[in-house]
Amino acid sequence: MNEINSKYRIVPIGPYHPLQEEPEFFKLIVEGERVIDLEINLGYNHRGHEYLAQTMTFDQVPFLVERICGICSNSHPYAYCLAVEDICGIKPPPRAQYIRTIIGELERIHSHYLWLGLAGHFIGYNTVWMWVWRYREPLLDLFELIMGNRNHYAINKIGGVRRDILPEDYPKIEEYLDLLEEKTTMFTKAILDDPVIRARLEGVGILKKEDAIAYGVLGPTARASGIAIDVRKDDPYDAYDKVDWDIIVFEEGDVLAKAKVRLLECFESIKIVRQCLKNMPEGPIETRIEDIPAGEGIGRHEAPRGEVFHYVRSDGSNMPVRHKIRAPSYMNIASNVAAVKGYSIADAALILAAVDPCYCCTERTIVYENGVKKYTGKDLLRLSWEKTEELKRKYRR
Amino acid sequence: MKKEYSEDILRNIEDKFPGVMIKIHSPRRTYIKIDRERVYEFARYLYKDLGCRLSIATGIDTREGIELIYHFSHDPSGTYYNIKTIVPKDDPKVKSLTDFLPAAAWIEREIYELLGVDFVGHPNLIPLLTPDDWPEKTYPLRRDYE
Repeated sequence: MNEINSKYRIVPIGPYHPLQEEPEFFKLIVEGERVIDLEINLGYNHRGHEYLAQTMTFDQVPFLVERICGICSNSHPYAYCLAVEDICGIKPPPRAQYIRTIIGELERIHSHYLWLGLAGHFIGYNTVWMWVWRYREPLLDLFELIMGNRNHYAINKIGGVRRDILPEDYPKIEEYLDLLEEKTTMFTKAILDDPVIRARLEGVGILKKEDAIAYGVLGPTARASGIAIDVRKDDPYDAYDKVDWDIIVFEEGDVLAKAKVRLLECFESIKIVRQCLKNMPEGPIETRIEDIPAGEGIGRHEAPRGEVFHYVRSDGSNMPVRHKIRAPSYMNIASNVAAVKGYSIADAALILAAVDPCYCCTERTIVYENGVKKYTGKDLLRLSWEKTEELKRKYRR
Repeated sequence: MKKEYSEDILRNIEDKFPGVMIKIHSPRRTYIKIDRERVYEFARYLYKDLGCRLSIATGIDTREGIELIYHFSHDPSGTYYNIKTIVPKDDPKVKSLTDFLPAAAWIEREIYELLGVDFVGHPNLIPLLTPDDWPEKTYPLRRDYE
């Protein structure tokens, strides 16, 4: 290849790594320490869900789409059920709407915590990682209490939910929310007050607003770049228009802004869950649907990473004719090309992780220079840690 | 509470693009049918003038041909404008949106490899998801695929 002979070098990141849930291949083209360009290859995890969904009945599809993502596993069945309900023109009963909203928000908290912990790990703050994940753990236990499973909760069904939240569990949820609020305050202060963390995140990986619009980014990535979009506000569904909460927007577009959006969103989620528990209506938890008419429907749900979009077409039979799925990372990852250019390799891992594809992995990364191996994956992680250590020394003086 | 949907926007669309078929499924879900020659122009109008965001595109193999749906989201009103067009199977060509909309680059590659639609003007129309050894001219989401 031409790049090998020129002054540019290629740093391959990926495609497979145990830490990431989405295998992707990032080819960083670098000159010395600076990233000049980025090529993204995907498709290593293409499982043909859209085709599989067309071979299943409407009731079976939620279990299939739940397995698209292991972290926000509630989002896909949620959006799918909204899409099918859009075809039928029905809405689930109020209690089911509130339960869906509660689960959606608890899932957002656990997903943001997961990102925060990983981001801490990648900049060499393993204390942040351990702390954050320590308080994420009881949330997973809470899911087990409510739905019988720590992940893949299978709560959504067309026309409602499959399990009720029992009134005797409310105090347990509220107790946990109190703990969570206290700890999120602590993390926010600890992270925003630490000069080294600020120096590592501030002004790094800036995604400009015009780039964000052109790439159509979603969720916290968009809101950190000054685009105030949120499906929960723009196109409210279920209980989101019955609760009071704010949309968090920052203008800077750097990694710090993305971290701030996620931290502050945890508070909003806590607010929403509390209000839902307080105003939880009584009644049935599902609307029975006899059959699904011919037609087409769109379901949108604001997942932790942005809008999940499902389009379902029915011809009146018991299987969908077409089921289109768009996860938020599909749009967000493409914007890495604009965000990573011009920054150093030590920052690249963090910038690629900042859109929260849970991807920042370096184990398989190798640089060959004149046939000599220069960096291994661990070296790249070490490079990032060294930068933090260097900053620590600088700030100590 | 935001405006349900804007009558003005739809009236402007009808004035600017005569002959389009507008179907309002629900207040925030609008489907608009247009012929494939004007899709590019129409998408440009939605993106540049109305400030819509390209959410995604869907390709469906139907009896009439391959149906393409571009899902545009108008976030200030929370409305989805879905542009539908049909490309015949014997000449599956449509103009690519990538020259003004980078967000379309991946989904056009995906529809190209799964349904065999040729997006004219795409700078890098290579398969996105299928493996490297996938046979050429084999489109897994077409009805005749076995």
